[in-house]
Amino acid sequence: MNSAFIASFRRELTLRIRQPAAALYPAAFAVLVALLIGFAVGANSSALSLIAPAALFIAMLLAVFLALEQMFAGDVSDGTLDALVCADHAMLGVLYGKALGFWLSSCATLLLALPVLMVLLKLPADLAPLICLSLTLASLSLSFLGLAGAALTARLNAQEGAGAGGAMLLLLLILPQAVPVLIFALGAVQAAVVGESPKSALYFLASLSIIYVTLAPFAARLALRAS
Amino acid sequence: MLQTHGLSCLRDAQPLFEPVAFTLVPGQLLLIEGENGVGKTTLLRALLGLAPLNVDSLAFDGLPWPGCLSQIRRRARWLGHAAALKPELTVAENWRFWAALEEFPLANADVLVFGERLKLQGFEDARVGTLSAGQKKRAQLARLLFGAAKLWLLDEPFANLDRAGIALIEALVETFLQAGGAIIATSHGVLSFARPHSTLVLHPALQGAYDFE
Repeated sequence: MNSAFIASFRRELTLRIRQPAAALYPAAFAVLVALLIGFAVGANSSALSLIAPAALFIAMLLAVFLALEQMFAGDVSDGTLDALVCADHAMLGVLYGKALGFWLSSCATLLLALPVLMVLLKLPADLAPLICLSLTLASLSLSFLGLAGAALTARLNAQEGAGAGGAMLLLLLILPQAVPVLIFALGAVQAAVVGESPKSALYFLASLSIIYVTLAPFAARLALRAS
Repeated sequence: MLQTHGLSCLRDAQPLFEPVAFTLVPGQLLLIEGENGVGKTTLLRALLGLAPLNVDSLAFDGLPWPGCLSQIRRRARWLGHAAALKPELTVAENWRFWAALEEFPLANADVLVFGERLKLQGFEDARVGTLSAGQKKRAQLARLLFGAAKLWLLDEPFANLDRAGIALIEALVETFLQAGGAIIATSHGVLSFARPHSTLVLHPALQGAYDFE
């Protein structure tokens, strides 16, 4: 299982590096969402400073979900998924490697976009370290949650006539599960904004991450076996 | 190794072909023939649990279905139309991934040996996306050789291959059978194995002859 994990992690990162454009789309998407919110609310209004942290995290969350679709993209049509299901003994390691590789690449590109986002939303620069930490933990949860969701809908996307039904269904399945992650990730930042300690929210966020990281690959394996 | 009777595959709860029975022993090559759409590929997929299977009895190494499914998956290698190779990765990178899943050590020297064996010398570091269909097929063959397989399920093994490629497959098949492996392959019947083999012909099921409700 160990060698399968390492091989899968390395393969996932290599695939991302070979398709840099696809890896950058989610970050560009997050910037666009923040831009839209900035225009809609008005840059000079005091309302923007109130909703800026929320806008930032919603933009990030949507960007991660946009990228989730790539998790098993191609694996169905090129036969990789069938071969993986047959390699059942190694599947758990492969799934862990896949989700971690996905997290590292998507989280890294989002962190690259963070300075732009913070300027667009007029967030004070001294919040940056906390936002980084909160975002890193939140995207870890979302990546593993997304692994399970993507495993459930992987074959739907490939079925003829289904169109983008699988992608839509993936969003509908995963978004409600992401609510607690959003609450605590945002809670940490908002606590800091009003001068309180962000620690308790961060602890909750970290424990959510542990739960998802531990359980999601097992759920994903079940989903892939059954599909 | 594999005994079954009353085996059929279902599509939309209807059997695809008339139930068949066969026995597979080590060293045997079983060729499945039948017209397009009769369910040859589906039969191979069903043996791996990738498609619904309807069976009276099936035993793999003495274990009954469906308990033997994990054992079949562990010991069988399946080669389908889709190559299970990532076009963005090189041949060697793809091989290393599948070899790692089987805990099969694949050092740089081993990659060269596989390249030579599969007549892909010089292409080990080429991206799979740049290979021809025939070369892709050869690259795909490596997956058969990682780990200790005892059953090969080959779906149209000769598709896209030139004469040398066909000879290559026949040589691999011969070696594997000599070593006590068994093979189930599908064929349209145009190209066939030169070596002796047994044949199983699938006939389309009569519609409405079965009621599974």
